[in-house]
Amino acid sequence: MKLAIYIAFKNLLGAGLRTWINVLVLSFSFVAIIWIKGIMLGWDHQAKSQLIEWEIGHGQYWHTNYDPNDSFTWDDSHASPSDTLINAIREGRYAAIFVAQGVIYPEGRMVPVCLKGINTTQQVLKLPTSFLIREENIQSSAIPVMMGAYMANACQLKEGDQFLVRWRDMDGVFDAREMELVKVFATPVPTVDAGQIWLDCSRLQNMMGLNNEITLLSIPSYESNELLFSNEFQFKSIEFLLSDIEKMVQMKSKGQSVFYLVLLVLAMLAIFDTQVLSVFKRRREIGTYIALGYTRSEVVRLFTIEGGVYALLASALALVYGYPFLLWQYRNGFKMPVDVAEFGIAGSNHIYPLFSLALILGTFLLIAFTTLLVSYLPARKIAALNPAETLKGRLS
Amino acid sequence: MPETIIQVDNLIKQFPVGKGFFTALDNICLRIESGEFAGLIGPSGSGKTTLLNILGSLDSPSSGEALVLNKSIGKLGAKEAADLRKEAIGFIFQTYNLLPVHTVYENVEFPLLLLKRTKKERNLQVEEALEWVGLQSKRNSRPNELSGGESQRVAIARAMVKRPKLVLADEPTANLDAKNSFHVLDTMKELNERLGVTFLFATHDDKVIQYLRRIIELNDGQIARDYTPEKNIQS
Ligand SMILES: Nc1ncnc2c1ncn2[C@@H]1O[C@H](COP(=O)(O)OP(=O)(O)O)[C@@H](O)[C@H]1O
Ligand SMILES: [Mg+2]
Repeated sequence: MKLAIYIAFKNLLGAGLRTWINVLVLSFSFVAIIWIKGIMLGWDHQAKSQLIEWEIGHGQYWHTNYDPNDSFTWDDSHASPSDTLINAIREGRYAAIFVAQGVIYPEGRMVPVCLKGINTTQQVLKLPTSFLIREENIQSSAIPVMMGAYMANACQLKEGDQFLVRWRDMDGVFDAREMELVKVFATPVPTVDAGQIWLDCSRLQNMMGLNNEITLLSIPSYESNELLFSNEFQFKSIEFLLSDIEKMVQMKSKGQSVFYLVLLVLAMLAIFDTQVLSVFKRRREIGTYIALGYTRSEVVRLFTIEGGVYALLASALALVYGYPFLLWQYRNGFKMPVDVAEFGIAGSNHIYPLFSLALILGTFLLIAFTTLLVSYLPARKIAALNPAETLKGRLS
Repeated sequence: MPETIIQVDNLIKQFPVGKGFFTALDNICLRIESGEFAGLIGPSGSGKTTLLNILGSLDSPSSGEALVLNKSIGKLGAKEAADLRKEAIGFIFQTYNLLPVHTVYENVEFPLLLLKRTKKERNLQVEEALEWVGLQSKRNSRPNELSGGESQRVAIARAMVKRPKLVLADEPTANLDAKNSFHVLDTMKELNERLGVTFLFATHDDKVIQYLRRIIELNDGQIARDYTPEKNIQS
């Protein structure tokens, strides 16, 4: 074995430039696979943590009738929490949200919206709800509201603009008021931005004529989900609330598999050149090894080890330039060339890739395995020939 | 008393061709003693290479017996056959078959690596073998930097370095001009005389034939004549 490794090294180093070009290509695939996968992991992680920070908290309680995707359920999905809970909400320990339908008329256009009342004191979500607190000295009958930058842009509204809102209260009666956009916030999470108008929860409750009632509640930490609610509310775990994005990520990773395939094929071409084509090119060399005292299986082993040495050299080279490159990416992140918000996926355009040991080892094993395989298979094929045949040497 | 190196009895070799068989060697009987400098001669297709390959344990007989150093070729396992080649047989080919990415030194060293000789032993023996063929100055060259004659002399050094009992040389001069052919043949003859190594050639080259001390003529897979030439280069 030691001798075979020695000879394999000799053979590769002896082949000179050709070996190094192949090692370079292989190492490139190695780094690129880790890099792309790292960006996807980072994106996934970032999207989830942003969703947690902006929308979910550490889980939510939903009114049993509430379906975020079906606005017809919203009229019937609210209830009053217990008195202790009401106090806790007032103190800002939970983010309580009342969800209702409405229509706004910016610049005379009609835009159906989701009105979300939230307690302005909340400390659970990253939403800048303190902007919704109307300062005492301001004399204005307009309701202070805020929205995300995407929504503001879509409605062509800026801070300070006023517009009309129409909604139906709990008795089904239409009502209308002026709203004033007091804050446009930037968020990487589209679900708190597009189509959403945020206002003080107690104001929305007033507008609807439903004091203290809420639709859902975000909790700040895992411990607080022990919290007793009336049975009108159901707990939704983070896992459940992230399942949509999870599905999206999985679909995305299917798309990426094509990427891997391309990279792997590229890597394998490098090995293919030396190992598979060598079925023909090195045929006589194989016969020579046999004449000098190798068995067929020892020749197969030698060629397989050559493949392994390739993977090793490529990994070493990948370490030389891949380590600083990936470290730099890890620290400084990667600016996506496209606007991810257009995909409706949470996450900013600046992604900090994540590189786990499992990812690096997994990629190494993948490359090493494929390399060994494309070295083993053709060598086995030639060695199966009669050694006298391989020595005929018409092909040189 | 000379030792029997090769003992062949009623050897038949058939190759499958289409639905039938082609008989490449037909009932060969042959005995070669240690120290011989013998050659299989005959026209192309007469079975010289086939016989040499069997004697070199690269192929096996269809029937009959081929004993090489008292080992029955047909009964050897892959590992035993490889060991026989590794320890006792040196090959010289028409196409030299040097390992292309190795230097001259490394090519000659290779059989000793397989025999697990120490570095010191290897160094001594490789230098000695390079001296036999007069190529010490080329020890760091690659095969593609050598002429045909030099390549074949490296191949001889590689075949001889482990001092095998038997050297099998298949058309060793076919790719060489007259001057290089004679140089190579002189080298082999000298090694045969000095070290007592047995040589068996396969050739149809007159230059080789005039060096042989025994001529085994093959025709259509059969031995047509087996004789000692009157006029030999050494006489
Ligand atoms: N693997 C094989 N399959 C079929 N026929 C073969 C094979 N090897 C050799 N032969 C045939 O056997 C005969 C002898 O071949 P060979 O020993 O190479 O002759 P020589 O070396 O004397 O020129 C030839 O007719 C050749 O075509
Ligand atoms: Mg021949």
